[in-house]
Amino acid sequence: MTVADPARLTIDTIRVLAMDAVQQANAGHPGTAMALAPVAYLLYAEEMRHDPAAPDWPGRDRFILSKGHGCAGLYAALAERGFFPLSWLDEFGADGSRLIGHVSHVGVPGVEVSTGSLGHGLPIACGMALSLRREKVAARVFALMSDGECDEGSVWEAALFAAHHGLDNLVVVVDYNKIQSLGRVEDILGLEPFTDKWRAFGWAAASIDGHDVRAIADVLDAVPAEPGRPTCVIAHTVKGRGVSFMENTVLWHYRAPAGEELRLALAEIDRDA
Amino acid sequence: MRTAFFRTLLDLAAADSRVSLVVGDLGFGVVELFAEKFPDRFVNAGVAEQSMTGIAAGMALTGQIVFTYSIANFPTIRCLEQIRNDVCYHGIDVKIVAVGSGFAYGALGMTHHATEDLALMRALPGMVVVAPGDPIEVERATRAIVEHRGPCYLRLGRVGEPRLHDERVPFELGRAIEVRAGRRMTIIATGSMLATAMAVADRLGRDGIDTRVLSMHTIKPLDTDAVIAAARETRAIVTLEEHSVIGGLGSAVAETLAESGVGPIPFKRLGLAGAFASQAGSREYLLAAHGLSEDGIRHSLKPILDLITD
Repeated sequence: MTVADPARLTIDTIRVLAMDAVQQANAGHPGTAMALAPVAYLLYAEEMRHDPAAPDWPGRDRFILSKGHGCAGLYAALAERGFFPLSWLDEFGADGSRLIGHVSHVGVPGVEVSTGSLGHGLPIACGMALSLRREKVAARVFALMSDGECDEGSVWEAALFAAHHGLDNLVVVVDYNKIQSLGRVEDILGLEPFTDKWRAFGWAAASIDGHDVRAIADVLDAVPAEPGRPTCVIAHTVKGRGVSFMENTVLWHYRAPAGEELRLALAEIDRDA
Repeated sequence: MRTAFFRTLLDLAAADSRVSLVVGDLGFGVVELFAEKFPDRFVNAGVAEQSMTGIAAGMALTGQIVFTYSIANFPTIRCLEQIRNDVCYHGIDVKIVAVGSGFAYGALGMTHHATEDLALMRALPGMVVVAPGDPIEVERATRAIVEHRGPCYLRLGRVGEPRLHDERVPFELGRAIEVRAGRRMTIIATGSMLATAMAVADRLGRDGIDTRVLSMHTIKPLDTDAVIAAARETRAIVTLEEHSVIGGLGSAVAETLAESGVGPIPFKRLGLAGAFASQAGSREYLLAAHGLSEDGIRHSLKPILDLITD
């Protein structure tokens, strides 16, 4: 990666847009929005077939942000791709805005599914993937989940379903930042051996560095990793990566960066680039 | 009712390639024919109602008209949040079907008694709630909810309910059917209590109390015109449902009356008083134990009859 790398610049643009939006709205979940940036970039800029001018095109690939609290990252990515004007981001979370603090599709082109309560995205993704296959539409469905979300039983109901039906047009990325609402995942409800769990459920599962853009791209390029199986990518991340004081802290699940904090955060993202 | 539903669903699926069925591993002996005829439009999600409902939402979001099917509370309360967020917020064509309303599965115990489902479904924005009163209404309602764009809940009894209507009865979602004319009192019934309401009204008629019976097959949107007309044209209103008196038909009618400005009218909600049934028993036994046999209902009506008897 070099300073001039357009991918890196776009990813940081998404980070900055998301961070700005979170700060303006005084919303929470900036760490999630930050961590989402590389995956959102890769999906929307490189992997997914879509048309911002025709967001309902039936042949499009679908993305479901199952961890709906990462919506600032998704809104920023969609705006960056031209689904709607960048100026909308200024209204994120404001009274009357359509850009709500958990992702909402109403009046927002490009948002496939509204989420916010965890464990909803994967069953919906399964229904889409099955339906697309039956309709002989060669589209894929991508879903991004959080690690804490995998505490929800509905995730494993759908995990069984996807493997049973051999939904190899379905890809799940789990943002494994190892922090959930009240603390560290391993202290609250451990998921390990996490990759093995997905394999035992019949998925093709890969474990990668979620900050290594090329590693994510390689694994997404190779989908389906095994024909006849859904793909799960366990992306090891550091919550709030890119802003030192946000990294690995539970507090930044809840807080928005205030004035000076935002300046420092954006400066760090700039310096990284 | 179940037979009428599946017969109609097969018809609809033959006519419209978008009509699909997702079940939660229930429906032995009735879902197989659909699965054989339309294998590409049938899904058994397993014993997993949250997943079943989410899958149905995903299919609906890709253009299908999707029925979810299970019994008692499994397709409703077990996956209430999926219905609220995934189905209702998206305003999509998922039609939720529950067999075994009220005490239909009486002997199986309280886990299988669907006695609060109307209240919960009715509260959800955008949800149409239908509880047909006989197999003819089931057939008409099944066709109507496929025509209707958006989420619907279809509450069915079980099997073997008597036909109460002529085949040609006019049916429209949100429009009550007057099954018996009357000027003294009105019984508004829904779902599987319609037959009982008609029997009670016949008996009252023989006693000189001319009783109107409305089949309120659609709980939401409620036919408020029919309720207000009953308040204007008859001297008392009684609601009858195999459901808690909280939040279902009785509540919907009470809300309408209270806001209508028609003035005070003797009114009684008949249904389940809000206690679980913790004894074994057939539907008939449990209904009687909860005051919903014909005799029990006539007993409950005494105070109101005293008010309106000249």
